Amino acid sequence: MSRSVLKKAIKDTFPVLTGYLVIGLSFGIVLSSRGYGPLWAAGSSLFIYAGTMQFVAVELMYSGASLLTTALTTLAVNMRHLFYGLSMIERYRDTGKAKPYLIFGLTDETFSLVCAPTALEPGKEKLYYFLVTLFDQLYWVLGSVLGCALGSVLPFNTKGIDFALTALFVSVVTEQWLSSDDHVPVLMSIGISVLCRLIFGADQFLIPAIVLIWLGLTLYRKRAEGKA
Amino acid sequence: MMHSVLIIAVAAVVTVALRFLPFALFGGKRETPPYIQYLGRVLPCAVMGMLVIYCLRNINFTASPFGVPELIACAVVVGLHIWKRSSILSILGGTACYVLLVQFVF
Repeated sequence: MSRSVLKKAIKDTFPVLTGYLVIGLSFGIVLSSRGYGPLWAAGSSLFIYAGTMQFVAVELMYSGASLLTTALTTLAVNMRHLFYGLSMIERYRDTGKAKPYLIFGLTDETFSLVCAPTALEPGKEKLYYFLVTLFDQLYWVLGSVLGCALGSVLPFNTKGIDFALTALFVSVVTEQWLSSDDHVPVLMSIGISVLCRLIFGADQFLIPAIVLIWLGLTLYRKRAEGKA
Repeated sequence: MMHSVLIIAVAAVVTVALRFLPFALFGGKRETPPYIQYLGRVLPCAVMGMLVIYCLRNINFTASPFGVPELIACAVVVGLHIWKRSSILSILGGTACYVLLVQFVF
């Protein structure tokens, strides 16, 4: 183990440490407010290990959604990971035994660290990628288990704390709105979702909405690419 | 209980499959199909819009409080985000606002 690589990995993952602890804590608290204990937090964070989807999974679990709804929702929510993978094919080509774990742990935040060009001694990249991936998951598991354990003993009323999830998505949509000029995809998806919610009801609208959004985006492709 | 375990398992398997698929398909030298590249660009934004509606699905506009706490708190998130563009601040601020509204006002 090279100490310089270890130090660099700890230093580079520090922003992820703060972010993951805060979001992991809120995830844990939401989970406990729905009646699930720390073991559920650990299982979700170890095996799913995709923040947004874990929040959504709590709702799916709580409302007893079907496994088909779960699979399609996961597909839609985590589709972006396909593109992280595509960008990491070259960098992860010769990572040997660590490769499966590196791919498994490629979250948004880990991707943002490993895709950046780093000043590393040649031959040390593999260890660096591994440590960054491992530390990030440790922070996340720690935050979510802690939040879940604290959630049930917190001395104040946690009613309303599950709004953290809504707030997370609203902030992402706002950020995307501010940083993109093409607002048609997001407007289309909000419109279709509202319509499907009205037609199919609160518990049945996700699947039709996902299918219609996918169709709508496919039809919109010619115009979007004509503009670009 | 058992169903919740299955939901976690399905979400985990689909997530892992999505993360491994590009390495399995395009680990060689082939170029990514343009349609897939296009979906990669537009789908993330679109899905987030859908998830906002998913989170707000249980609002009842025909009975008190008519979704007012949710709408106010969403506006706070948008406002904070336009102001500082820090997701942690937007999330904490919006959630704190919602907690106060549902516990003390409505």
